[in-house]
Amino acid sequence: MFEAEVKITLKKTVADPQGLTIKHALESLGFTSLEQVRMGKFITIQIKAKDKAQAQAEVEAMCAKLLANPIIEDYTVEVK
Amino acid sequence: MKFGVIVFPGSNCDQDCFHVVKNVVKQPVEYIWHKNTGLDNFDCVVIPGGFSYGDYLRCGAIARFSPIMESVIKFAKAGGLVIGICNGFQVLLEAGLLPGAMLRNKNLHFICKFVELKVEATDTPFSSKYKKGEIVRIPNAHNEGNYYIDDKGLAELKKNNQIVFRYVSNPNGAVDDIAGIVNQKRNVLGMMPHPERCSEAELTSTDGRPIFESIVGWLKQHGRT
Repeated sequence: MFEAEVKITLKKTVADPQGLTIKHALESLGFTSLEQVRMGKFITIQIKAKDKAQAQAEVEAMCAKLLANPIIEDYTVEVK
Repeated sequence: MKFGVIVFPGSNCDQDCFHVVKNVVKQPVEYIWHKNTGLDNFDCVVIPGGFSYGDYLRCGAIARFSPIMESVIKFAKAGGLVIGICNGFQVLLEAGLLPGAMLRNKNLHFICKFVELKVEATDTPFSSKYKKGEIVRIPNAHNEGNYYIDDKGLAELKKNNQIVFRYVSNPNGAVDDIAGIVNQKRNVLGMMPHPERCSEAELTSTDGRPIFESIVGWLKQHGRT
């Protein structure tokens, strides 16, 4: 059994209204040294696979098909 | 002529669409449960608004893989008329039947109010009963209606005259004020505002009705009586 951690973020070229709002809220709390805040999704997947490489390939296929929308999002997969 | 209204778990404008087709433009209509397949006897498929699968993951992302969607894709590729309203538009984007994607509204608010739209294209099966440049009043009700497409995609939309409705005053941050588009073949329409909510005088606006009337007119012209 492997555990995969999937991070999905909006592409850098896509505006992120949630991240911007969080940035403004943090600034109003006195955290004034912020350059940028971006918000994304974090998904953990427990998966049976014969080795790490197979788990990696399978979770990447999941990202490409369903978990991320390639028009607006990037993703990374880390298998532990 | 037969309309079908697709029902996903979480669809909530299905009955409104059904009502307008049956009682306002008076055409045969059936609900189609998302687990069904095959659309052989239908002439127009409506993908209604709502919160299919609770909007989990991304709006429309799960619904897009419901069994009926394979049939919708085949139906659209064969030239059948498909209209996706609000969540239905999001499903069509996720399914790749229309280009682009939806982001959270720029102001992060759920926007639920009448908006003014400019009719930009009338040479589609969905908008022929409008006048080009006409301003119509149709309600929005969405949290993710901030339409995104990259510059290249936008240039394509403009070149092919695929933008059917633009917001007069952009409420959600949508690229180029886009409220509704068609595919290149012009048989698939996606729009965020809800024409089914303003097709009768009792609802303060009948500006949505011409969409349904345009579809009926187009189908009649093409021999589907």
